[in-house]
Amino acid sequence: MPKATYIETEGKVHELDLPLGATFMEGAVQNDVKGIVAECGGSCMCATCHIYVDDAFLELLPEMEEEEEEMLEGATAERTPNSRLGCQVRISKALDGIILRVPGEQ
Amino acid sequence: MKKRVVIIGAGHGGVQAASTLREDGFEGEIVLISDESDAPYQKPPLSKGYLQGKQTAQAILFRSANYYNDNEIDLQLGVRVNHIYTQENQIELSDGSKLDYDYLIVATGACNRKLLFHGKIAEKIYYLRNFTDAKVIEEKINPARHIVIIGGGFIGLELAALAIEKEKKVTVIETEDRLMKRVLPEALSKVFYDTHKAHGVEMLLGVSVVDVIDGKTIKLNDGKTLETDLVLAGIGVIVETELTENSDISFDDGIVVNGFQQSNIPNVYAIGDCANHYNPFAKKSLRLESVQNAVDQAKVAASHIMGKPIEYNTVPWFWTNQYHLKLQMAGISFGFEEAIIRQSPKPDRFSVYYFRKEKLIAVDSLNRPADHLNARKLLAAGISPTKQQVEDFDFKLNSLLID
Repeated sequence: MPKATYIETEGKVHELDLPLGATFMEGAVQNDVKGIVAECGGSCMCATCHIYVDDAFLELLPEMEEEEEEMLEGATAERTPNSRLGCQVRISKALDGIILRVPGEQ
Repeated sequence: MKKRVVIIGAGHGGVQAASTLREDGFEGEIVLISDESDAPYQKPPLSKGYLQGKQTAQAILFRSANYYNDNEIDLQLGVRVNHIYTQENQIELSDGSKLDYDYLIVATGACNRKLLFHGKIAEKIYYLRNFTDAKVIEEKINPARHIVIIGGGFIGLELAALAIEKEKKVTVIETEDRLMKRVLPEALSKVFYDTHKAHGVEMLLGVSVVDVIDGKTIKLNDGKTLETDLVLAGIGVIVETELTENSDISFDDGIVVNGFQQSNIPNVYAIGDCANHYNPFAKKSLRLESVQNAVDQAKVAASHIMGKPIEYNTVPWFWTNQYHLKLQMAGISFGFEEAIIRQSPKPDRFSVYYFRKEKLIAVDSLNRPADHLNARKLLAAGISPTKQQVEDFDFKLNSLLID
């Protein structure tokens, strides 16, 4: 299984093996990574699974759909070029080793 | 001595209450009781991603298998609670055993209203509420060619869209003269009606069902009869009275609670669909059937138990997905006096802003997620844009949020 590393706001690091195809939101919620709220359960409805993707992996992610783009505009924490919604991106072999940072608020 | 919190129901509210208690440092025992045999899961994907085959059973679980153990949450599956003894601070479980509590949180949700004909619950009509229901519907829907759905509300229409994706012939029967009438204005009902029609759904509005025979023959009040392979229904939910009826817990359509989710018995709380509360955004007492309400009330109850009371005061929000239509609702539009449409250049992308006495009370957004998120912030802050600002698509409503 490919690995993903989540870094919580207060620095706690989770190195996780995620099943292929799992979203980064699912990976976080099911492994008790603090700070990924995911109120809507992955429907791209609430923008509470906002994550910052490490620069090295940013280019490898699929492009954003318009709705993800719009939801991120309304996210609570600062939107940066590294911002994605965790429910809209999935782990793949190409993303093995990806590093994700959790924002301070959702 | 360590305190014990017992939570009845492991849906969105129950699981959130347990999590919040632990996150806030509750050191006592937490017992989380569910009458279902499945590990706690999220409900909205049942009528969407799960039945579409886009989300697996594993993907809709709230937490990993280890979560409950790791956090010392005693999860008891397949257990029903028969009775609450408020004097003794005790509940009786389905196996007859008793369990003491210091605090009790009732998070039992609601159950489907069933169709009754000739005074009896009709057989072979399928409803969707929990994971077991979803598995049954999944099995029934695949071999069926023609599916009749009774009820043109959120669940019925989500099922209709899903059945169309599975290339079924679909008929929707709705008693009202338009879809989702209870919650939506005409303009939005029409978009959904037109979209379902364009996808080939047969819509029978203003018609009611007088009988369903063997889950195959449907008799209507206009004298017509339909033959079908499968009947599904979504005609609303009610709160079961069984749990509280022989106790002194106040019940009126749901368990009556104050702003801290306490019932008339101070150490008995109710949260989510089963809690009848005064809602400051609706300005009346009601029950809300939504993830947001369950989750936020769970946090309120947990905080109260932790001695850090915060009163329930969150903007209600809801959503539905049907085909390419994503409808997000913020606030409660009940009792609005004026509805102003903010139209984007694309026909299927607009929001409706509801005003009462010049004050913004609710916003419904169709394929306009940014409007929805802004609306929640405006409503929470009590900021009302002018009607001119709403109508002017070039005016940035979020600029009102910056002081």
